[in-house]
Amino acid sequence: MSSHHVVSWKVYIGVFLALCVLTVITVWVTGHDFGPFNLVVALGVAITKATLVVLYFMHARYSPKLTGIVIASSIAFFTILLFLLLTDYLSRPWPLVSEGLL
Amino acid sequence: MAELGAQAHGTHHPGSAGARDPLQHHFTSLEQQREASSLGMWVFIAQEVLFFGGLFATYTVYRSSYPDAFSAGSHHLSWRVGFFNTLVLIGSSLTMALGVYSAAIGKKGRVVGFILATILLGSLFLGVKYVEYGEKIRPCFGDGLHTGCLVPGARFDASAVHLEGPAAGHVQIFFSLYFAMTGLHALHMIIGVPILLWIARAAWQGRYSPEYHTPVELVGLYWHFVDIVWIFLFPLLYLIGSH
Repeated sequence: MSSHHVVSWKVYIGVFLALCVLTVITVWVTGHDFGPFNLVVALGVAITKATLVVLYFMHARYSPKLTGIVIASSIAFFTILLFLLLTDYLSRPWPLVSEGLL
Repeated sequence: MAELGAQAHGTHHPGSAGARDPLQHHFTSLEQQREASSLGMWVFIAQEVLFFGGLFATYTVYRSSYPDAFSAGSHHLSWRVGFFNTLVLIGSSLTMALGVYSAAIGKKGRVVGFILATILLGSLFLGVKYVEYGEKIRPCFGDGLHTGCLVPGARFDASAVHLEGPAAGHVQIFFSLYFAMTGLHALHMIIGVPILLWIARAAWQGRYSPEYHTPVELVGLYWHFVDIVWIFLFPLLYLIGSH
């Protein structure tokens, strides 16, 4: 029963409240124009919220190392997908309309 | 997924005396069995990340190509409704986590209660989504003008999003992705609800204990993953640009 860690219910309430606050922050930021930083904050908040859910609600923090490897590899492969896709799209005349090619 | 409700039939296991033994004979201990099941669920979730990942990657390419059309489309979604649904879904993740916690400390009645609360909140989310979809889809039916129709295609009403020219076409890409991404997310919830009902029933029958409640944990992992998808969908669809 080594890794079967029971977390106090208070931790779950704390995480829930943190998620609510972060949701309010992400909505509040939309009411202001920070230029490209709006997207940075939106993604930063979303990544923080997802991390909290994975670590505490999904118990990743108390799980075997192998679970961490599976999580890391899923993020790594999504990054590869996004990276290779964008190197292709950003290095070609795209979108076609704004380049006057269509 | 087959592991979710898997009930062991280890009647030949020593000491079980006909009662259902949660330990299946090909595992040496409950701990090993639990970790194996949990790993399987995590691998499934890793696959789900890439399943949704294709849509998120498509979204990235088109949003970077047509930022103005995406902003206009996003302004036509109600951030208040999205905000409400975000809180509902986070709340359902809390009740799910408390359900798993109750199973771990052996409170049978609370497990059932928290899972039913999770189902209730999940259904509320889906109900709100149904209303949201209805507003966009209903005007597309019938003859004559399709004012306010936001389903991409011949009947799409670009004037509803105050766009003309090529941008009027590009905003349809936004709504295509809106329906595909929120639709796939909603489908996951629609699949999740009957699984939760099944787990609630098994919990009611007293199948779980502090030593063995893996199915509750695994459906919890699934539900939290679906919550995470929405955590990204909400700002990416409802909150583009400044409102």
